[in-house]
Amino acid sequence: MYEGVVQDLIDELGRLPGIGPKGAQRIAFYLLEADPVDVKRLAHVLVEVKDKVRFCSVCGNVAEDEQCRICRDPRRDLQVLCVVEESKDVVAIERTREFRGRYHVLGGAISPIEGIGPEQLRVRELMQRLADGVVIEVILATDPNLEGEATATYLTRLLKPLGLRVTRLASGLPVGGDLEYADEVTLGRAFEGRRSVDD
Amino acid sequence: MSLYRDEAIVLRTQKLGEADRIVTVLSHRHGRVRAVARGVRRTTSRFGARLEPFSHVDLQLAEGRSLHVVTQVESLSTWGSSSGRPLGSVIGGDYRAYTAGTAMLEAADRLAGEDFEPAVQQYLLLVGGLRVLAAGEREPSLVLDAFLLRSLSVAGYAPSFDDCARCGEPGPHRSFSPPMGGMTCSACRPPGSASPRPETVALLSALLTGDWTTATASDERTRREGAGLVAAYLQWHLERGLRSLTHVDR
Repeated sequence: MYEGVVQDLIDELGRLPGIGPKGAQRIAFYLLEADPVDVKRLAHVLVEVKDKVRFCSVCGNVAEDEQCRICRDPRRDLQVLCVVEESKDVVAIERTREFRGRYHVLGGAISPIEGIGPEQLRVRELMQRLADGVVIEVILATDPNLEGEATATYLTRLLKPLGLRVTRLASGLPVGGDLEYADEVTLGRAFEGRRSVDD
Repeated sequence: MSLYRDEAIVLRTQKLGEADRIVTVLSHRHGRVRAVARGVRRTTSRFGARLEPFSHVDLQLAEGRSLHVVTQVESLSTWGSSSGRPLGSVIGGDYRAYTAGTAMLEAADRLAGEDFEPAVQQYLLLVGGLRVLAAGEREPSLVLDAFLLRSLSVAGYAPSFDDCARCGEPGPHRSFSPPMGGMTCSACRPPGSASPRPETVALLSALLTGDWTTATASDERTRREGAGLVAAYLQWHLERGLRSLTHVDR
């Protein structure tokens, strides 16, 4: 045990994800020895992130204003909506530069074992957004794991009766990989989702 | 570090660190095992896809100090599904089966006893239950309730739906009490016991014994009441209810 504030710092750092007691101690001593200006900047950013950042009132993405940058952008296609689990996924899809529509962040995936059902996600907000009939296609871009698939299945059941085009991201072989190393689940999916090359 | 191999069903997975997962499996010969699967969250992982909940796998594990480590995984039979797809994707593609199946996995996790203590009957029951669920021929919520009743029985909490659970007087009786262990006669009936309809008791008895003709003939109201009694019975004996039970899409 260290004295007072040093121990407090170690305890606080230890509560962060992926940081254990030894790691917390290492970071605490690094901060103690670091330049005061750097530490002040870090402290300032930590306070600011909690003060300024909130969630976009339209899509649920992290934003610094009432609406996020993507929802405010008039060049975005209003007819296509991409449903993702987390804000991190928005960034990942934006990196592709393939998608010009808007997003809807659910805030997770349906996982009954962790007590997360549709009521805990932003599903009601999604349905409200679709009510005005502007969107004609919804792309379900939840993770390709069991919870993500189940969430997509649930949303499909909800969205189909609205007469929208509902699509799901394809899953299959990673670009730059070897076919022989693919596992049978992924390879099976790649076969299921194969497409014709002549159109 | 010694290696061993076993067949197992993946019950749940938890994220660990940057790209690893802790998987909890119910294995054939070693009971419930918690093991680390390294790097499975990376897209380049060779066996990440095989370690999703509901997967029926052949595992090679290495004994570690606290957690064991998954070294190899092979998918076992793609049983139950006509399309030959693995179990996880069949169940994940049907929302009602998914919610019922998740509750089955959670129940199996809780009722399997201590880690590494063989629970062969629980394992076989789970494999059978998931196979029926994936086949899609039976109502998912009935499969779930049948599984819960039988899993409780295997764990030593068999409910009685005919003779009085306390004094053994031959039934049928009218009161149901989880603390007493099922139906009780009017003399043994503790205060606050439920008085289910006779059809509901017949349904629960049919689910426990595997009489699917009676079970599938039941109506919606009976099934709902039955599910409520099963949930109450389970909660009493597990001391804490199953989290996923509230999310089952009935």
